[in-house]
Amino acid sequence: MREIAYEDIVKHVRDIIMYSATHLPEDALNALKEAYENEKSPVSKEVLKQLLENAEIASSESRPLCQDTGLAVFFVKLGADVKIVGGLLKDAINEGTEQGYKDGYLRASTCTPFSRENLKDTVGYNLPAIIHLDIVEGDKIEIEYAAKGGGSENVSRARVFPPAAGKEGVIEFVKECISDAGPNPCPPITVGVGIGGTFEKAAISSKHALFRDIGSKNDDPEMAELEEVIKTEINKLGIGSMGMGGTETALAVHIEANPCHIASLPVSVNVQCHSSRHTHITI
Amino acid sequence: MSEVYHLTTPLTEDVTRKLKAGDIVYLSGTIYTARDAAHKRLVDLIEAGKELPFDLKGSVIYFVGPTPPKPGEPIGSAGPTTSYRMDSYSPTLLKHGSKGMIGKGKRNQAVKDACKEYGGIYFGATGGAGALLGKQIKSAEVIAYPELGPEAIRKLEVEEFPVTVINDTYGNDLYQMGREQYEVK
Ligand code: SF4
Repeated sequence: MREIAYEDIVKHVRDIIMYSATHLPEDALNALKEAYENEKSPVSKEVLKQLLENAEIASSESRPLCQDTGLAVFFVKLGADVKIVGGLLKDAINEGTEQGYKDGYLRASTCTPFSRENLKDTVGYNLPAIIHLDIVEGDKIEIEYAAKGGGSENVSRARVFPPAAGKEGVIEFVKECISDAGPNPCPPITVGVGIGGTFEKAAISSKHALFRDIGSKNDDPEMAELEEVIKTEINKLGIGSMGMGGTETALAVHIEANPCHIASLPVSVNVQCHSSRHTHITI
Repeated sequence: MSEVYHLTTPLTEDVTRKLKAGDIVYLSGTIYTARDAAHKRLVDLIEAGKELPFDLKGSVIYFVGPTPPKPGEPIGSAGPTTSYRMDSYSPTLLKHGSKGMIGKGKRNQAVKDACKEYGGIYFGATGGAGALLGKQIKSAEVIAYPELGPEAIRKLEVEEFPVTVINDTYGNDLYQMGREQYEVK
C-alpha cells in the first residue's frame, strides 16, 4: 500500500485548475496555428489570430483564457494499492476545485436547475465538481481534468439508434448536431463521439474522447478512418471560426467506441470549444 | 467587402443604418453588461413603466458574465456569452431605444426583425477571447443587481473593443452569408 495524503491531492487539483484556466495546452495551440495557416476565409482567419493572441495574453498575464471557466470535470483512475490518508478522494477533489477557482479568480458557475441560484455560498465555490472514478491496478492516482464551458456543452446530444443505422447513421447524426450548433459552441471545435455501450456509457465516452490530444491518432484503424470521414464532412459545412464562415470548423473528431447490446447503437456527441482546457497529472 | 469603423457610444440610428453584416467595428465609450437574469428584470421594469438603472437610448448591451477581477484590475476575463438566451428580451430593449447588442451565436427571427425596425445592430465578439477582450475594458462599475454576481449590470468603459456586425438593419445575417460562401455541397 502506498499512502497519499489528502492534502497532497487537494493541492495538486488546485494547481492544475489554476494553470489550466490560463494556459492553452500545446495540442490545442498547435491545432489553432494549423487552422490559421489553412483557413481560406479572411474573417475566420482574423478570429483565429485573435484566439492565438488571446492565448498569449492569458499565459503571459495569467488571465483566464475565457470568462466561462467551466464546470470542473475529472476522470480519475485510482490505483488499488493507494491508501488516502486524512479524508476521502471525492472530498479532496472538491476541496481542490474550490480552492483553485477561488485562488485563481475564476468564475463560479454552478447553480440549481430551476431557481438558478448560484451555489457558491451554499454548496461551495463552483462545486460540486463532476467526477468519474475508476479503480485500476497500481499505486498511483491519475487525474484527467477539463474545465468545461456551457456554450459547447449546450449543443451536445445523445441518441440510441437501431443497429441498421450503421456508420452512415452515425455520420449523419454528428453532422446534423454540428450543423445545427453553427456558431454557438465557439468553433473551431473538437468533436467527441461516443459510440456503443449503453445510453449513459456513450455519453461518458463522448466526453472522455475529448481528453485525447488533438492530432493524435485513434488506435483502432476503423475508428481512425471514421474520424477522418466525419471531420471532412463537418468542414464541408462552411461554419468557420465563430461561425462567420470558413473552411476550418473541426480541429479534430475523437471517437471512443464500446461493445453494445445486439438491439441498439447508442451514439453521443460532446463538443469541445476552441478553449480546450484539458490536462492530466499522475500522483 | 467589409468596412472598418471606429465608433463611440451611444450609437445613433444614422450610424447603425450605415453598418452592414461583416463590417468590423472598434467600439469606444460606455457599454452595459447584462445576461438573462438582468434582461428579465429590465423588461419587467419597462412593462411596469418604471425607471431603468441606465439610459437605454443609443445604448450598447454586452452579454457577458466576467470572471472576478484580480486586485487592482477593473475586470477579469470578459468574452461574450451565447446570445440566444436573450432573444425573448432583446426586441423590447431595441424598441425602447437600445441600438446595439454584443454577444456570440445565432439570434432568432424576432431579434433580426427588431434590428430592422428599430435600427439596432447585433455585433459578434470573439467567444473565448476573454483575456484579450477583458484588456480593452478600462473601467467597470456594478450599477444594478449586485446580488446576481457575475450577472449583475455593469457599466463598462471600453476602448477600441473589437466586434463584427452579424445582424444589420437590412435583415442580413453574417452567419448565413459566411456559411453559404464556404459550404461544399
Ligand atoms: S464555448 Fe468555450 S470558448 Fe466559448 S464562451 Fe464557452 S467556454 Fe468560452
